[in-house]
Amino acid sequence: MGLRFIDGNQAVALGAAYAGCRFFAAYPITPASSLLAEMLVLLPQKGGIVLQGEDEIACIGYCLGASMAGMKAMTASSGPGLSLYSENISFAIAGEIPIVIVNVMRQGPSTGAATLGADGDIQFLRWGSSGGLPVVVLAPSDLRDCFTLTVHAFNIAERLRCPVFIASNKEIGMTRETLDIYTVEKPPVFERKEHTEGPFLPFAVREGEDVPRFLPIGGPISVRQTSSTHGTAGYITTNPVEIQESVERLKRKIESQLSSFTFYDIYDEPGAKILVVSYGVTARAAREAVAMVKAKAGLKVSLLVLKTLFPVPDDVLKDAARDMERILVVEMNLGQYVLEIRRVLCNQRVDFYGKMNGRLIAPFEIARELSNGFSA
Amino acid sequence: MASLLDTDRPPVFCPGCSHERILFALDRAFQLLGLLTHEVVIVTDIGCSGLFDTFFKTHAFHGLHGRALTYAAGIKLARPELHVVVVMGDGGLGIGGAHFLAACRRNLDMTLLILNNFNFGMTGGQFSCTTPTGATTSSGFLNNLERPLDICSVAAAAGAPFVVRVAASEKKLDVRIVDALAFRGFSVVDIWSICTGRYLKRNPRVAKDLERRIEGMEPFDGPISANLRREYGEMYREALDRETQKTAAPGEMHVYFTPSIKTRREVVLLGSAGGQIISAGSLLARAAILGGMQVTQKNDYDVTVMRGPAVSELIISNEPILYPGVNKPDVLIALSKEGVKRRQALFYQTGETSLIIREPGVPVPNTAARVQTVDFHSFGIRKNKWALASLVILARRGDPVTLEMLKFAVEQTFDEKGRREFYGIMELTERFSDNLAVLKP
Repeated sequence: MGLRFIDGNQAVALGAAYAGCRFFAAYPITPASSLLAEMLVLLPQKGGIVLQGEDEIACIGYCLGASMAGMKAMTASSGPGLSLYSENISFAIAGEIPIVIVNVMRQGPSTGAATLGADGDIQFLRWGSSGGLPVVVLAPSDLRDCFTLTVHAFNIAERLRCPVFIASNKEIGMTRETLDIYTVEKPPVFERKEHTEGPFLPFAVREGEDVPRFLPIGGPISVRQTSSTHGTAGYITTNPVEIQESVERLKRKIESQLSSFTFYDIYDEPGAKILVVSYGVTARAAREAVAMVKAKAGLKVSLLVLKTLFPVPDDVLKDAARDMERILVVEMNLGQYVLEIRRVLCNQRVDFYGKMNGRLIAPFEIARELSNGFSA
Repeated sequence: MASLLDTDRPPVFCPGCSHERILFALDRAFQLLGLLTHEVVIVTDIGCSGLFDTFFKTHAFHGLHGRALTYAAGIKLARPELHVVVVMGDGGLGIGGAHFLAACRRNLDMTLLILNNFNFGMTGGQFSCTTPTGATTSSGFLNNLERPLDICSVAAAAGAPFVVRVAASEKKLDVRIVDALAFRGFSVVDIWSICTGRYLKRNPRVAKDLERRIEGMEPFDGPISANLRREYGEMYREALDRETQKTAAPGEMHVYFTPSIKTRREVVLLGSAGGQIISAGSLLARAAILGGMQVTQKNDYDVTVMRGPAVSELIISNEPILYPGVNKPDVLIALSKEGVKRRQALFYQTGETSLIIREPGVPVPNTAARVQTVDFHSFGIRKNKWALASLVILARRGDPVTLEMLKFAVEQTFDEKGRREFYGIMELTERFSDNLAVLKP
């Protein structure tokens, strides 16, 4: 038994190291700093590079350079840092650069409260880039998820050549918990597919594929990378046909693969007419709440804990919500992911309960919402 | 050696633009050094200078405005053998100021060519951080209110070990670039240029003024002795060599005891900075883990770490812990007024079975919880050991951990001095073991 007593940030770091991350750059920010501290311990021992950049923009910049040079790269911050990453996130999308970005969310808006948790950046994570192209957002709810989802994040980033976000929360990142490192799920680790034959066009794709084969900057064949709208050879284009094809491919590249990275837990209560949907640390309170109302009032409630937030797993939502009379979405914000659920389950009653006051949502609050009927 | 330029993509600069001259000088420099296309990466950002990477057949990385140095650093650290040439304009330098300073401080082996033409050419001739006073730009009166930057002085002050200021018209520009490329460290070449498309039209005397102005300034011709030092990448790799010799110390723990409780306990330590509240929480956590229990620990303290309240919240359970928040605290250890104030609400969440251990000077709200006042001072226990003493008192009742577990945890984590202090406290607290009857859960 390999018992560790670590926080969520450390668990993410362990997952990253396991997944083969050997380049990490971050700027100190509460509540993500312990991730930087842990990477400083883990990576150099494996010959990996850790940098503390002059600001978050530099950090994500270093990562994009290192990633294009062939290394698996990660950066981590909180809301204020995500704001600074934004332009480079757009670049990672446009340039199809694999990178994992951890956002340990804290109370906002703006500087907010460094030591209080929140889920305030959920839509920002999805839409915080110019052009609005899809990104992947995974949300851990405990230490095991922190480790395993980070491994998945690297796999997705490498396979699909895109930015993948880990939507963590101060309440997970900075709470220490017991973890048996030997029993945590360790998915197999994937590498980016390399170009093997024929002339190399950095953004061309093979028939039937959506992801360009990779060659590193610094390898024997010259590689072009650019943040400008480009054609397959990596030069600027203004050709509308080429451009539309390209952006559609960038969208399809992610969305078509959703079923391969849709992670969730479903706690199905036979005969239930109420479904709770939650994610992150709040999902743990939801689990207790559902058990509470069943034990005390015989109220049957099913629970869907989402771990892949974006792209939105429509099928999972529809499946879980089938025959449900009421759906309650609980999150630590003023109602962000609920917007997606209302969109997908547009013909069903979807209620929301949430706060963004720096406090965890407690099981009794969710239980109260379930027992008394819902707030609109 | 062969040119590294892509003959299918000839330069498209405005007629007379210095960028073209610099482009060919750079290519000649590559040839003089015998470099092959795959041995070079040209990193650019936005502006006319950002076109450079498209004219070469080398590796190319064209990124965000002002951020070229950041990509270059990542590339160079990942591929130390690659020749990294960063090409930026005075515009990119302005927006990327922080990265420029960091690059000068860091001294990673790469070369920065600044195509300094005193304006933002591509966007229509707005002023930049190097626009001379009195120049006419498309920024109206704005540039007359600001003073231009001397890039070379800033680079030198920030630590760049190799700095050159040169006019684009310089006959031996290729040689100057060769020197910069060959220099092992961060080399900066500030190339004063003519922008024929914008700046020259509004400031026709710029060409004559340019060389005169350079001559009137402090010369920068290469190595700056005061800044010569080891290159960053080399030092980093040396540090990694040392690090990889270390054997990982993962801090794994093992279970040595059977659990002392069959339920969930919520214990909160409330005190002040300096009271070793957090470390007491960690010790309690470790003791519980030794007993095979699941634990969560959440700490709260002010950013000014040596002052203000300190709170450690622990949940100890023999089942996996779902909700990691305190619902109904079983034990509240109240050791300072500000600690109590920080978590006042918790007191109202207590019940009859809850226990509050308090120090005489700490008032606590009136609730149904049992209160045990412990005058630590009278037992000879110093203030910064009250938290530890509270744990001993708890452990004596065997809930949520036993004294054996606590001792084991101490043996595992405390140094010689710490252990002696702990055993001292154990002895001192024996004296009020008779009062423990009221503390039994």
